[in-house]
Amino acid sequence: MSTRPSTAVAPPGVPSKLDAPEDSRHDAPMLRQWSRELAMGVKFAFSGGREGWVRVLLTGVGVGLGVALLLLATAVPNAMQARSDREYARMGPQFGSEPAKSDNTVLVANVDTEFRGSEIRGRELEPEGLRAPLPPGGRKFPAPGEMLVSPALKELLAAEGSALLRERLPDRVTGTIGESGLIGSAELAFYAGGQNLAEYDTGSNVRRFATFQEDQAPSKEMDPVLLLLVLTVFIVLLMPVGVFIAAAVRFGGERRDRRLAALRLVGADGRMTRRIAAGEALSGAVLGLLFGTGFFLIGRQIAGYVQLFGISLFPSYLNPTPPLALLVVVAVPAAAVVVTLLALRGVIIEPLGVVRTARPARRRLWWRLLLPLGGLGLLAPMIGKGTENGHFNEYMVTGGVVLLLVGITALLPWVVEAVVARLNPGPVSWQLAVRRLQLSSGTAARSVNGITVAVAGAIALHMLFAGVQSDYTKSPGQDHSPARLNASVPKNVSLADARRKLAGTRGVRHAVALSDGTIGVSKREPETSMRLTVGDCAALREVAKLPSCREGEAFVLQGRGGSVAPELAESGRRLSIDPTYEGSEEGTKTVWTVPRGIKQVTPRMDPTGWERTGFLITTKALPAAAVSSLSGQIYLTLDPSVPEGHEIVRNAAAQIHPLVNITTYESSQRSNSYDSIQRGLSVGAACVLALIGASLLVAQLEQLRERKKLLSALVAFGTRRRTLCLSVLWQTAIPVALGLALAAALGLTLGAVLLKMADTTVAVGWTNVLTMTGAGAVVVLAVTALSIPPLLKLMRPDGLRTE
Amino acid sequence: MSIPHTLLGLLESGPRHGYNLKRAFDEKFGHDRPLHYGQVYSTMSRLLKNGLVEVDGIEAGAGPERKRYAITEAGVTDVQRWLATPEKPEPYLQSTLYTKVLLALLTHRDASEILDTQRSEHLRMMRILTDRKRKGDLADQLICDHALLHLEADLRWLELTAARLGKLAETVTR
Amino acid sequence: MTPAGSLLVAHDLYKAYGPTNALDGAEFSIHPGEVVAIMGPSGSGKSTLLHCLAGIVTPDSGSILYNGHEMETMNDSQRSALRRSQFGFVFQFGQLVPELTCVENVALPLRLNGTSRKEAERTALAWMERLEVDDLKGKRPGEVSGGQGQRVAVARALVTGPRVLFADEPTGALDSLNGERVMGLLADAARSANTAVVLVTHETRVAAYSDREIVVRDGKSRDMERAV
Repeated sequence: MSTRPSTAVAPPGVPSKLDAPEDSRHDAPMLRQWSRELAMGVKFAFSGGREGWVRVLLTGVGVGLGVALLLLATAVPNAMQARSDREYARMGPQFGSEPAKSDNTVLVANVDTEFRGSEIRGRELEPEGLRAPLPPGGRKFPAPGEMLVSPALKELLAAEGSALLRERLPDRVTGTIGESGLIGSAELAFYAGGQNLAEYDTGSNVRRFATFQEDQAPSKEMDPVLLLLVLTVFIVLLMPVGVFIAAAVRFGGERRDRRLAALRLVGADGRMTRRIAAGEALSGAVLGLLFGTGFFLIGRQIAGYVQLFGISLFPSYLNPTPPLALLVVVAVPAAAVVVTLLALRGVIIEPLGVVRTARPARRRLWWRLLLPLGGLGLLAPMIGKGTENGHFNEYMVTGGVVLLLVGITALLPWVVEAVVARLNPGPVSWQLAVRRLQLSSGTAARSVNGITVAVAGAIALHMLFAGVQSDYTKSPGQDHSPARLNASVPKNVSLADARRKLAGTRGVRHAVALSDGTIGVSKREPETSMRLTVGDCAALREVAKLPSCREGEAFVLQGRGGSVAPELAESGRRLSIDPTYEGSEEGTKTVWTVPRGIKQVTPRMDPTGWERTGFLITTKALPAAAVSSLSGQIYLTLDPSVPEGHEIVRNAAAQIHPLVNITTYESSQRSNSYDSIQRGLSVGAACVLALIGASLLVAQLEQLRERKKLLSALVAFGTRRRTLCLSVLWQTAIPVALGLALAAALGLTLGAVLLKMADTTVAVGWTNVLTMTGAGAVVVLAVTALSIPPLLKLMRPDGLRTE
Repeated sequence: MSIPHTLLGLLESGPRHGYNLKRAFDEKFGHDRPLHYGQVYSTMSRLLKNGLVEVDGIEAGAGPERKRYAITEAGVTDVQRWLATPEKPEPYLQSTLYTKVLLALLTHRDASEILDTQRSEHLRMMRILTDRKRKGDLADQLICDHALLHLEADLRWLELTAARLGKLAETVTR
Repeated sequence: MTPAGSLLVAHDLYKAYGPTNALDGAEFSIHPGEVVAIMGPSGSGKSTLLHCLAGIVTPDSGSILYNGHEMETMNDSQRSALRRSQFGFVFQFGQLVPELTCVENVALPLRLNGTSRKEAERTALAWMERLEVDDLKGKRPGEVSGGQGQRVAVARALVTGPRVLFADEPTGALDSLNGERVMGLLADAARSANTAVVLVTHETRVAAYSDREIVVRDGKSRDMERAV
């Protein structure tokens, strides 16, 4: 195998030494020689028979996966932008006054619904003239009784178990919504034809648009805590990818070392071999870039079919940001070369073989500790800046987090070495694994590094989320029993009728109707207004403790601590029930006089978990004219034993009127930014763990292949398959367990520091720690499980055959 | 190398005149040392006396070289016995072994049998020497090693020849 | 056909790897304590014969009797157990676990049989003494010479007191002096333990340590003793 290089290498190697002294015109020739050596490395990467191809393919695929993920990361901002652009292009102007009715306006009613937990975007459209704007993705307005649906909804409607949904959306499907009208391939949406929507044109559910394009959203300065989160998410997700690429470049390292030794034998000097190795790594990385681009393009197409955590995308959204993509293209090959040269640092390639610097110096702890401590040092000054509108220095945050996470990769080899050296051999499988680790703990630690960084980062992030979430989450405090629904009824639909119909629906145990409004002194003094709740006695009892109640009576609620704007509750005071505060432009002003001797009553938790304030008025005590100024709510309690009770109720509501809107109180409503960040994190963590699993698997298989002969020999003298499989498991599990322990420790530290920075109470989410370490452990098990079939294959006696 | 057996073997393929016999011998076996006529006649007369050949006919003309010899039944048996008996393993055996193999091929006997028999004999000898070597002192070891290495060379030759029997048969019988 | 008192007998073995017949009606038998050399040109099927005899490879047809038991009726784990307890193995190279020390390597088969570590290593050391490698006990295979490594491998093959030792080119990677030393120690140790040796080799001087020779050509075996 060394015959080919001999002719090519010997000439440049020998003379270079001879004419070294008189070498003053060396610049150009040296450059030429360098490029020749790099080219030779490239050639070696691709020639070398099946073995060589397999190695270069492994490297290419490994680097390619990393590159694909990096490209994906560079495409994420664009994708998010594209999604929000589409959203803005169809939502209609949200601020400012509505246009007057004309032949270029359209009435749009929000008829969103939900089916088995999936949200369905629904709009009824009623063009008011020939020039009415079409919504994005629609070619023609659907007539009443017709609708346009998104492809995903079409599929869902056609599905076998969707009878209830078909009942709810009975309109004839006359077309599909085009891509421009959807924000994701899996979005469920429909446009239905509307009729007489103008009647409802007082509430926020029906609006008049002259265009569907919302003006660019006001650019908001990002909340410092949000920024902290986003930065950390990106660092945490991308660092393991870097670690992974570094590992992928080293695939087949031992074989390469042997080949380099053969080159030394025919006259290459140490530096030349290094350059040749660099050339080899470079070609692997470049191949990886090609693969990565390919994977990315394929992944982009696949992304169109995938819905993860409620997000789906169109392939066209995923366009890498050019400068970032360029950075990837330059940085990956450069990193490959640097990693290769670093790996060769501890290796002396002699003509007769490879000598690892005899016994590598014991790993020292101090500088390894320095990295995470430095990271903490960078983060420490920013503790408490989360509130007080302070802002974080982005570079310090990034630097600190990176140092902490890099600290893990520096500490882990030391930890693995220190612990493994103290492990005592137990059963044979354990002994085989421990001894192997003792001999090459560095390799083991390197392969686990990626997982460790990912897990530590994820733990820290989850902590940060859990801590910050409470601040950003509207906590409605509803009774979390799953069987409560809330139907809001539009103003010109009879609340009493709706209540009766819903109460008679199968699966509804209990239905209470309450109307809400605002009452105040005058339109111009909204700060002196109070809430108004209207209902019959039975319904009012749901929100307050009433000692007695007759129709026609009114009450005032004691506020928290009894401090209600008391001056309003004076007997005889004239107050106006003003719909202006309920969101519509104009309304009729109705006057209501506070009755003499109005009773003060104590509030109780209403069905949605709030304690109300203000006045309670029985229906009869309310001036008839005021009814239209109030919005009606029906609180429903469901019988949990009726299957699909939610869907039945939604159908009943849709039958009463499409604008009757059903809300469930099952989960708390998180702030949307947080949702998307957390979703991004979960998607990313899943990808990263899968990627690292792949690299572990490749490394494992490569190692097994190199030990083919030994494995066969062990089997020949009767080693049980179980023993060898177990030893493979231990060999991965020991370093991973150590890595996960370290990851948990540093992840919790980082999480605590980040929480301090966001000025939030530090609480440890042990379930998150367990989930993340558990996910890491699952990866190990999966890798072991996947490497068992090839292991069994390698253990076949073929390995003994000397061909 | 046994000239009488070789000549006998050559007669197995059919009766021959004395001069014919010499020429065949020289061509196949006597590359470096051709036979003298005298050698042929004296050998033939000894074989005649032992009843291993007989005179098949005499050609008209003068001179003893005009006799035509044929092999007898006893002669065939004698050749067979000679071929089947392994040679005592000793240095410079190849010419004899080569003769035997060639002769076996010429007479359509199983040449590999001859090689295998010889191989067993060689290995038997090597075992004895190995045994002596292990029990003896350094001088014994050195002496035995010398013999062993020579035997090993012979054995290698046997192996090589065995591997090339097919080709050899082709060239010989052509 | 079966010689009385044979420990391991194979009859009419066939084994094909793809289109090539590695074994084509091979025969074999060995007595307890006997050293039998299997010789033949490369690719003749001698290693395949050894693998079949040791139960590593299952022949396509033919029978193998070990101590009166039909090998083909055993399942894989039974054959593994047989190899663990009754057989020993020495290969040309690459058989020592590089991470384990020499004494741990030698003790490995005992430990696979469930012997405690201490006891296994004590027995292992005794065998290493016999093969004159006891001074290497703490070294790893990478730190010893080829001949030393093979002697460690022989100690490992014999440590369980096997009835049959299978040696596949045990001296193939050694020079003649080291090769003969390994072979001499192997033969002596096996004879004194009454262990039969199936020795595959292409070196006649190594084969000379045997009691009997079988030549394999084109998958057919030939017992040289009976041929005489």
